[in-house]
Amino acid sequence: MSITQEKIEELTSIARKVRRHIIEMTAEAGSGHPGGSLSCCDILTALYFDVLNVDPKRPTWSERDRFVLSKGHAAPALYAVLAEKGYFAKEELMRLRKTGAMLQGHPDMKGTPGLDMTTGSLGQGLSAANGMALAGKLDKKDYRVYVLLGDGETEEGQVWEAAMASAHYKLDNLTAFVDHNGLQIDGPITQVMSPEKIQDKFKAFGWHVIDIDGHNFREILDAVEEAKNTKGRPTAIVAKTVKGKGVPFMENVVDWHGKAPTKEQAEEALKAL
Amino acid sequence: MPKIATREAYGQALAELGEEIKDIVVLDADLSKSTKTSVFAKKYPERFFNMGIAEQNLMGTAAGFATCGKIPFASTFAVFAAGRAFEQIRNSICYPNLNVKIAATHAGITVGEDGATHQSVEDIALMRSIPHMIVINPADAEEAKQAVRAAAMHKGPVYLRFGRHPVETIFDNNYKFEIGKGVILKEGKDVAIIATGTMVGEALKAAELLSKKGIEAMVVNISTIKPIDKEIIIKAAECGAIVTAEEHNIIGGLGSAVAEVLAEARPTPMKRIGIADEFGQSGKPEELLKLYHLTADDIAKAAEELKKG
Ligand SMILES: Cc1ncc(C[n+]2csc(CCOP(=O)(O)OP(=O)(O)O)c2C)c(N)n1
Ligand SMILES: [Mg+2]
Repeated sequence: MSITQEKIEELTSIARKVRRHIIEMTAEAGSGHPGGSLSCCDILTALYFDVLNVDPKRPTWSERDRFVLSKGHAAPALYAVLAEKGYFAKEELMRLRKTGAMLQGHPDMKGTPGLDMTTGSLGQGLSAANGMALAGKLDKKDYRVYVLLGDGETEEGQVWEAAMASAHYKLDNLTAFVDHNGLQIDGPITQVMSPEKIQDKFKAFGWHVIDIDGHNFREILDAVEEAKNTKGRPTAIVAKTVKGKGVPFMENVVDWHGKAPTKEQAEEALKAL
Repeated sequence: MPKIATREAYGQALAELGEEIKDIVVLDADLSKSTKTSVFAKKYPERFFNMGIAEQNLMGTAAGFATCGKIPFASTFAVFAAGRAFEQIRNSICYPNLNVKIAATHAGITVGEDGATHQSVEDIALMRSIPHMIVINPADAEEAKQAVRAAAMHKGPVYLRFGRHPVETIFDNNYKFEIGKGVILKEGKDVAIIATGTMVGEALKAAELLSKKGIEAMVVNISTIKPIDKEIIIKAAECGAIVTAEEHNIIGGLGSAVAEVLAEARPTPMKRIGIADEFGQSGKPEELLKLYHLTADDIAKAAEELKKG
């Protein structure tokens, strides 16, 4: 299935809005994680605006596709995408992380429409996604389950407990993205505690693995299609990304993992976007 | 009456409930023969999921099932459920208030020969400290069976604590278990013994011993450690002295929960019978109960000492 130039332009324009939200939200909140939000926002945009069979008016619709943001600290990206999709008012975005607000620092499914799982403690999302995929198989439903992990996150042992189980139970209704931006909090992943080669590890655990450029919509969507057509095993899409993507002074800079831009920095970032 | 282990009752009850409640799915971590989820597995293989020796993933997967409307029962030994997977239970199950039942077996030192690594004396403390969590520690097979049903009917996370070792029968099938309700098993005015789980049988025997010495003890069974039955504790405090008894560390378990209620509502002299903040060891369950001062004699002695003041 080939994707039209129009679709790509539409996704590009939505992703641009999402990036602007991420900057504005974190600047307003005075904290948050812009780096890892910017690196995964093209993937999230592609999922919510082309892939997922969801209905913002019925966020708990039982037949919907599921998405689990295992790297929960990228909540600003997910919130921005959900708001653009119409799950809740965009005004909520500017209340991120404020006392009494709906949008918690990390995703809280109880209070936020559109969230399929509560995350924030790294390493736990794939397990939950497995549960959703198993439930789908048990009920003979054809919804699909998507999950996004950080590359540093794959250092967590639970990720591999879960990866083993996804393959064991032949969860071909499950697709995991790895946001392969090469950085975690204390530095490059290969220096802190190398999980490389991530592709080989997933392969060794029995997964089908696809390598893509995580900022190229055509590659993202083609990979999703390939995952759908892969039977008998789960698919891992390892997406090469740039942490801080789109904001020149944030790109590939470790420090922008968990620091909000000041008002001036936000203005500069918005100009670039 | 024959002695039956609460884990046996769990296995039976779960398999029976599986018939009635089709949303129940059962997950285990390579201990299904011991936790007795094997009974369910045999009856409903398509709804049983062995997750292998991976307790963190066990809890996370259960959480995912619950988001899709299933009622997952996740089982393993108490030390691995509450201990190994504590943070998964906290963040993936309790914080989102998901409908997951954690049915932990082999709690306490009556695990016996396997020794301290397998004897959970901390799980009640851990589980009751998590918001949204309900903690139930049944006294016998009948109560265990009813607690499994009540847990399945309750919407939200529940921690069920079962033992490996056979225990005395306390209740017949006229008993109606209710989450959050304690029961007075024996009236008395001189001292109250509040017991939970495997220690309820010992508490009743202690009351007999005390009775021979002219001390009339009230005996209260508290199986729901959280939310705890404040009313019954305050009523028991009318005796003027309270002994708690549990097969758990005296820190953080029933004794602590009772003390919390009393300290705020009705300060009352009390003694806590339980594991005195130490690890267990290998041995026969009965011998260990003696060694760690968890017998009827120990409870009776504590009651007498309290009465002497
Ligand atoms: C269990 C757990 N340990 C530590 C943290 C703190 N933490 C938040 S983000 C992060 C680094 C994540 O790196 P990566 O997965 O590569 O994310 P990304 O680069 O996409 O932001 C850490 C250690 C956490 N949230 N959860
Ligand atoms: Mg990273």
